Amino acid sequence: MTTYTDPEKGGFHVSQLLSDTRYRAITFQVIVFILLSLVLWRLGSNLVTNLRTAGLTFSFGFLADTAGYDVGQTLIPYSSQSSNWQAAKVGILNTLLVAVLGCITATIFGVTAGVLRLSKNWIVSRLMAAYVEAFRNVPVLIWILIIYAIMTVSLPAPSAFRGETPDSTMLAGLFAFTNRGIYIPAPIWNAGSGIVAGVFVLSIAAVFAYRAYAKKQLFDSGRLLPMGWPSLLILFVPTIAAFFLLGRPVGLDIPALRGFNFAGGIKIGAPLIALWFALSIYTGAFIAENVRAGIQAVSQGQTEAAAALGLRPGRIMSLVILPQAMRVIIPPLISQYLNLTKNSSLAIAVGYADITATLGGITLNQTGRAIECVLLLMLFYLAISLTISGLMNIYNNSVRLKER
Amino acid sequence: MSDTHAQSVAFVRDTEIPASPPPVAQTGAVRWMRENLFSTWVNALLTVAALYAIYLIGVAILPWLINGVWTTPSLTACREVLQGKVGGCFSVLTERWNQLLFGFTYPSDQYWRPGIAFLLLFAAAAPVMFFKLPRKLLIITALYPFVAYYLIWGGTILTPVFALLGFVAGYAAYARLVKGSFALGIFAAVAVAALTWWIGGMITDAVAPAQPWLEEVPSRDMGGFMLNMILGVTCLSLSIPLGILLALGRQSNLPLIKAVCVVFIEFIRGVPLITLLFVANVVLAYFLPPGTSFDLILRVIIMITLFASAYIAEVIRGGLAALPKGQYEAGDSLGLDYPQAMRLIILPQALKISIPGIVNIAVGLFKDTTLVSVISMFDLVGMIRGPILASAEWNGVYWELFGFAALLFFVVCYGISKYSQWLERQLSTGHR
Repeated sequence: MTTYTDPEKGGFHVSQLLSDTRYRAITFQVIVFILLSLVLWRLGSNLVTNLRTAGLTFSFGFLADTAGYDVGQTLIPYSSQSSNWQAAKVGILNTLLVAVLGCITATIFGVTAGVLRLSKNWIVSRLMAAYVEAFRNVPVLIWILIIYAIMTVSLPAPSAFRGETPDSTMLAGLFAFTNRGIYIPAPIWNAGSGIVAGVFVLSIAAVFAYRAYAKKQLFDSGRLLPMGWPSLLILFVPTIAAFFLLGRPVGLDIPALRGFNFAGGIKIGAPLIALWFALSIYTGAFIAENVRAGIQAVSQGQTEAAAALGLRPGRIMSLVILPQAMRVIIPPLISQYLNLTKNSSLAIAVGYADITATLGGITLNQTGRAIECVLLLMLFYLAISLTISGLMNIYNNSVRLKER
Repeated sequence: MSDTHAQSVAFVRDTEIPASPPPVAQTGAVRWMRENLFSTWVNALLTVAALYAIYLIGVAILPWLINGVWTTPSLTACREVLQGKVGGCFSVLTERWNQLLFGFTYPSDQYWRPGIAFLLLFAAAAPVMFFKLPRKLLIITALYPFVAYYLIWGGTILTPVFALLGFVAGYAAYARLVKGSFALGIFAAVAVAALTWWIGGMITDAVAPAQPWLEEVPSRDMGGFMLNMILGVTCLSLSIPLGILLALGRQSNLPLIKAVCVVFIEFIRGVPLITLLFVANVVLAYFLPPGTSFDLILRVIIMITLFASAYIAEVIRGGLAALPKGQYEAGDSLGLDYPQAMRLIILPQALKISIPGIVNIAVGLFKDTTLVSVISMFDLVGMIRGPILASAEWNGVYWELFGFAALLFFVVCYGISKYSQWLERQLSTGHR
């Protein structure tokens, strides 16, 4: 029998660098470090040489220069005389706009489809399965282009709304669906509208207070106060009362046809609608699958146990199934939100001025500052991704099953 | 007891009543409909709404399909045939069929070459996809990249032959030395392969015939659905090994290697593919030695491969994490070193768990190949948006073209995801 002893000290051979596990780890890391440094140094020196040959320097000075191009849809003041940095900010806000709008509608589509897919109704569940499969298996770029084509080819031009007997009419006299975009009424804030808004905010607070009170009543005395209609009442009645008492301070700026185009109201451009709708219906298909998986992950025994305790079906869902399903649904849901945000970079295909189209598209082509533009672009997306995944990690840790 | 009331029994049935049929509402189609379509009034409403939706879709699509025109040379001719009726101008598909599949610059007398490469793809993929086929068929899979390269790009046959020889020589060196040390085997394999390629490259340059058997087709001539297939298949097969390495690197306890892998994976996963394609298109050239330029298609393949490998690495990391710790300890207690334990115990199990995830990534990757149209490459979507919709004959044919593209991708991706579900059932052995 051999006995295992430590190798004697001082007897170091070069071969131990590869064969001895104590040294091998260090050897490998040194090799990797050298190779990595060589590659990076080589890339860096190539970059320096190439920039010098092209007569360029690495600087972000071009961001202060005049952009010189127009943007269709902006959230902040912007003209073609603004700087490239202003154009980039317009792009950032537009990306965030479509991402937030898309996440909201994608959740609505996804949760509806996911729940309906589990419905006992055969035809509805099949229809939802068809929706999910059709959208999951076709590239989102094709969906964006299809919906953009629907917007620009199938909807009427603004001139179709003209005349005594127009070909098209506005929906409810408020909304105009044209091939340039959808026009919706814009609110006008007159004097006194601040009070109405304040009343509305207070009503929201009052709803929460009422629900807390009802819960306390339930726990203290077992008396179950109604939740639904009092909440709605508290939410709307004071606001509507204030609105009429103050003499309708909030007006509507209704879009109207002037000249060749609609004026007034808010214009949601066709590219934004196409991108928004396509991203939300595409991501909704993925979210539907996550929701279905989450609900199915809660074992049948949970439902039966809750029923045995005497809970009604609605309460079984809201108090027992959903809290457990959420734990499974939320992490993939957040990563779908991230995917949606990243996919919104496809805006460039339909000419929506998001960050990829302004900074990574026109600014890049006009200034030729490829490295700086792409670097900034990547940093922006990276910042969003890391922020959201950081928040998700915090959430995950907070809802993790506390086991032994 | 028994005979007290015997007389009062007037009638005793001595035969069984034949079972009467269940009520109509409890059998067959009616029962099925009552249970599945109209069980509650909410369900009934949903059913009616769903039927109405199907009716609307059918009314919109069916006449368009049935009245479709398949044989006109242009949109105006098609509209003349239709005379105002609703109908699809599918003749754009028949007329531009080759452009949609192969792009508009691939030499038209050579279409058989990508065609054969496509058919061979099934033969090469079969042994990987179906484990019950004889393992010897994997030779076809190993040879396929070289054959397919030769068929699609053409040129001198020496290029793929020497590329293959390099791999064979590298494998031979590895097989000889791996008994001693895995690291030594890998280093030797890389060195021998590189040497073979270097010598092969010189020989190829020296003796390349002016007139090769198969005409050489430059990469910029690739297009259409063929380009999507090339990008999808190449990038997927390259990114799986890279993804395995990245996943192992991320699990490694060597801090430097772990840090490099974590930074790489998180960076790639944090940015959209489009920005990486911008890098391939306009930035990568700055990082190459001055004067070198290589194919846009190769740069795109590199970038998509890096992109996919980061996602695959995360899937495989999930598989590695799902293995019970006992498996790692069992490997150690058998006296296996790290490469042996990984190759023989950990990876076979971890990869098996990861297969469904990898297939999902594959579907996503294949769909993402359409993004190359944004950097003006003429893949299927690029062909539709560029040369076909811009042409005088077919300006304005949106639904037929996009519908065709959607259908093509749907068939492939749905097929892959059905395969993945089948595979999951095959692989479920009851324990992980």
